[in-house]
Amino acid sequence: MVTSKFEGRYDRNFNTLSRKEQKTLGASKVAVIGLGGLGGGVCEMLARVGVGHLTLIDGDSFEASNLNRQLLSEEHLIDVPKAEAAKNRVNAINSEVIVNHLVEYLDESNMYERIKNADLVMDCLDTIDIRFILQKAAQKASIPIVSGAIAGVAGQVTTIFPGDKGYELIYGKKGGKQSKGIETRTGNIAYCALFVAALQSSECLKVLLDRGDILRNKLLIAELWTNTFDIMDLV
Amino acid sequence: MIKINLKLFVTLSKYLPKDSECLEIPEATSVEKLMSDFGIPGDLVKLIFINGKRQDSNYRLKNNDRVGLFPPVGGG
Repeated sequence: MVTSKFEGRYDRNFNTLSRKEQKTLGASKVAVIGLGGLGGGVCEMLARVGVGHLTLIDGDSFEASNLNRQLLSEEHLIDVPKAEAAKNRVNAINSEVIVNHLVEYLDESNMYERIKNADLVMDCLDTIDIRFILQKAAQKASIPIVSGAIAGVAGQVTTIFPGDKGYELIYGKKGGKQSKGIETRTGNIAYCALFVAALQSSECLKVLLDRGDILRNKLLIAELWTNTFDIMDLV
Repeated sequence: MIKINLKLFVTLSKYLPKDSECLEIPEATSVEKLMSDFGIPGDLVKLIFINGKRQDSNYRLKNNDRVGLFPPVGGG
C-alpha cells in the first residue's frame, strides 16, 4: 500500500518510516477493541499512518456523555453504533484500508474467534474484567496486545506478548473480577484520551515494524496535572 | 530514621502528607505500614513502585527510596 490512488498520501511518513516499512503496515491486520475515547483516536491514527486492515469492534452506541472526548462521536450520531461510525470515519480518511466492523460486545464466548486473524490487538476497552478475557484469547492466538487505560488526566500504556503475565502485573490476580477502576469517579478528559491513544498507536507501529523500544513488561504512566511521565518495570 | 520520596497519583493525591518529597520514617518500614501510618487507604492502591520497579506491600523501605502509589485505572 505504498502506492495509493491518492498520489503522495504517505509522502510525509517518509523517511521517518521507510517505504518497506510502509508496505509492511499496509499488509498488517490490527483489531481495535473498544471504540470510545481511546479506540476513536487509535482508528484515526492507524488509518492515517496506513495500517492496511482494521477490524473495529464495539457493541455500544453513542450517547451525549461521549461528546466530551470521543473523537468518533458527533451530535448527529447519538444512538448510532460506534463501530459503524468508526468504519465510516476510516473510509473517509483512507478508503484503501480494508475495514471489518462488528457491532458486538466481546466476552469469553466470542473473543478468540474475533481476534484470531489479527497480527495485533489494540485494547481500548473500558472494563478491567474484559481485558483479562482478551489476554486469554490473545495468548491462545499468539497475538500481542497494546493496552491503554485512562482515568481523568492520568493514563497508562503497556504491551503484552504471548506468555507474558500482562494484566495480572497491573491489576493483580484478582483484577479479573474487578470491572472498573477510578475512572468512575474521575471521568475522562479528551486530551488525556487522545494522548494515551497516540502512545498506543506508536506502540502498535513499533511492534508491527519490530523497531524502537517496546513497553513489554513495562508500564508507561502519565499524569497530566503534574506532568509526570514515568516508565515502570513490572517485573 | 530514613528519608523517602513519596508520590501519590490521581485520586490518592489527597492523602499526600506534608514534606512528601523528604519524608522521615523508621528504617525498614513496610509499604503496608507506611500506608497505614499516613492514612492512605490500602484498598485504593493497586500499584506500588519503588525506584521505578513494581513491588508488593511487604517491601521494606530503604533510605532515599522513591515510592509511587497508583490506584486502578481502567477507563477507555
